[in-house]
Amino acid sequence: MTDTMPVGSTGAPPAGPAGPAGPRRAGKRRHTSRYVRARLTHLLLVLLAVTFLSFVVVDLLPGDAAVVVAGENATPEQVQEVRETLQLDRPLLIRYVDWLGGVLTGDLGSSFRTGQPVLEALGERIPVSLQLAVVAQLLALVIAVPLAVYSAYRPGRLVDRTTMTLGFAGAAMPQFVLGMVLIVVFAGGFSSVLPATGYTSFFDDPLANLRSIILPCVTLMVAEAAVYRQLLRSDMISTLQEDFILMARSKGLRPRAILLRHALRPSSFSLITLSGVNLGRLIGGTVIVETLFAIPGLGQLIVQAVFNRDYLILQGALLFVAVAYVAINMLIDLLYLVLDPRVRRDV
Amino acid sequence: MTAAADDPLALPDPVEPPAAPGEPLLVADDVTVRFHTRNGVVHAVDGVSLDLREGEVLAVVGESGSGKTVFTRRLMGLVTGGRGTEVGGSVRFAGTDLTTLSAARLSRIWGAEIALILQDPMTSLNPVKRIGAQITESILLHRKVSKTEAAKRAVELLRSVGLSEPERRVRQYPHELSGGMRQRVTIAIALACDPRLLLADEPTTALDVTVQAQILDLLADLQARSGMAMLLVTHDLRVVRSRSHRIAVMYAGRIVETAPTSTLFADPLMPYTEALMNAVPPVTGPNHVRLQVIPGRPPDLIRPPAGCKFSPRCPYAQDRCLTEEPPLRDAEPSGPDAPVHRYRCWFPVGSPAWAEAKARNIERGSSAAGTPVTEEMVLT
Repeated sequence: MTDTMPVGSTGAPPAGPAGPAGPRRAGKRRHTSRYVRARLTHLLLVLLAVTFLSFVVVDLLPGDAAVVVAGENATPEQVQEVRETLQLDRPLLIRYVDWLGGVLTGDLGSSFRTGQPVLEALGERIPVSLQLAVVAQLLALVIAVPLAVYSAYRPGRLVDRTTMTLGFAGAAMPQFVLGMVLIVVFAGGFSSVLPATGYTSFFDDPLANLRSIILPCVTLMVAEAAVYRQLLRSDMISTLQEDFILMARSKGLRPRAILLRHALRPSSFSLITLSGVNLGRLIGGTVIVETLFAIPGLGQLIVQAVFNRDYLILQGALLFVAVAYVAINMLIDLLYLVLDPRVRRDV
Repeated sequence: MTAAADDPLALPDPVEPPAAPGEPLLVADDVTVRFHTRNGVVHAVDGVSLDLREGEVLAVVGESGSGKTVFTRRLMGLVTGGRGTEVGGSVRFAGTDLTTLSAARLSRIWGAEIALILQDPMTSLNPVKRIGAQITESILLHRKVSKTEAAKRAVELLRSVGLSEPERRVRQYPHELSGGMRQRVTIAIALACDPRLLLADEPTTALDVTVQAQILDLLADLQARSGMAMLLVTHDLRVVRSRSHRIAVMYAGRIVETAPTSTLFADPLMPYTEALMNAVPPVTGPNHVRLQVIPGRPPDLIRPPAGCKFSPRCPYAQDRCLTEEPPLRDAEPSGPDAPVHRYRCWFPVGSPAWAEAKARNIERGSSAAGTPVTEEMVLT
């Protein structure tokens, strides 16, 4: 227990007639800032580790970046020239430190192949992946949470059994199969209510944008919704066994209020953790779905960069993915503070 | 058995029962709850009948597994039939049979007319909701009041259950309070809408002894002031001695003895009641006396003994006890308006038949069920 815990034993008056507000607040602030500092240090370490490791791994890849960039028919002289232009002849550590220096000044370099600045390339891809990831997560939660709550309220009944079976089927199907089925049904063989491929920016045409992301988002969402339903259902079922639920019933609260106001929040912690992890993963791009639906997201950018040895693009993309991942996890931690008062004092 | 002043759980003078009005507030008739499990049918509550008048405190006493908790919840309608649970009998509350009401009708009575307090205050409050919200919730549900008024009432309630700084408490979360304070909060929640009947299911079992006495006294005080009826469920005869008007002793899902508190303590007829009394460490008298424990375990509710359910553990058990279950019958009335004293025994404690049975068992060194019996064990 920390010094933010103000309460003594039964009936004991609290310390001081002025109330513990003053010193307690200050203590809380101190804790919070220590927490934030710890998380930032953590973030920095993760970023250094991720970027350095990817530098090393790209360097270890078979094949020579200079050869790839110069083209297959280049003479050894041309290759050497490319190598010097790209400074690939310098030692790995020097290049890494150099890149790191660039990052700190906001310069991530440019693509070897196209000459496009890395920031610009990322700027094109990140919004696409971000939109897919966020919409798919929201869809998964919007579908899974009500089903889970109802299934937990009436376990083993029709809704529970049906959604469990459907969920398992959806989760067991590989994404490319599910995606192709969706394309056949909604954008091909049977009907063409939705576009099969391509991506329209929201700012160019909001409606076309939404239409273009429906199928990819559904493809991404199905397996997650199934897992979320299962997870929340079982957490909820154990919450419903708690005494405080019996207390809530004995107050005369109706099932709806008990489920939503008493049981949902204390049951949602593992769901939130998992959903955060998934969001971080999805933001890093989803190669299969992006490829299937021809969507210019981060996943495709990363895969192309690997094939082309376009290591500055790759570094930039990985840097973003790592930042996003850590940031989302920090956000989840903060969400815990909001949702569970018991965590607050441990911070 | 005079309680000494240093026993925090006993008070010297038993309270007087309230004047008997007409129709009892609560009449439970032949209440039965059976759970169908993989191993067989559990007879958790087996034909329990009792009644409770306005303003009366009835203690239901029994070991764990005697069915008292299930019975309490069945009274309220929190245990219902279906899904492997079989229920029977009727529960009339203020003239209405609760067992026939829909869930919606019941929930209008719950919290408003009948309230419940559970055993463990560490688990009976929602950990993620503020205490104030957990109190106002039922006020807002059952009374036509504004949120501000409900919040004011919550503060008053916390003050009335003896919590310091109630204005601050309403904004706190359960984990910020100690066990005793939390139980005060659950009492405040239960009393939020001035119920006519309070079901307190082992309200102090999870608390430490000094706090137990405080909570019991608080309950007794609030009960006396509001005039509500209270069903006090406990496994500890001591705590109800001075805090109840009547006692019903439960064993194996049945009532085995019921009497006004003073009568029961003065003249227990059922050997199980006697055993419960002897199992309480005496406050007066020499130290380091071997405590009389009840031999054996509570009976298997799936395959209960054939005759008297207590016979396998009873030091006075005879052959008849093993085969024939005694009915719940009236004790010999000692006067024209003698209080109702019922018991379930072939050899009621203190009777000539009992003395004979006792002598026989001491002589052969065991009861008819084979439980070893020595003279020391039956010193009554």
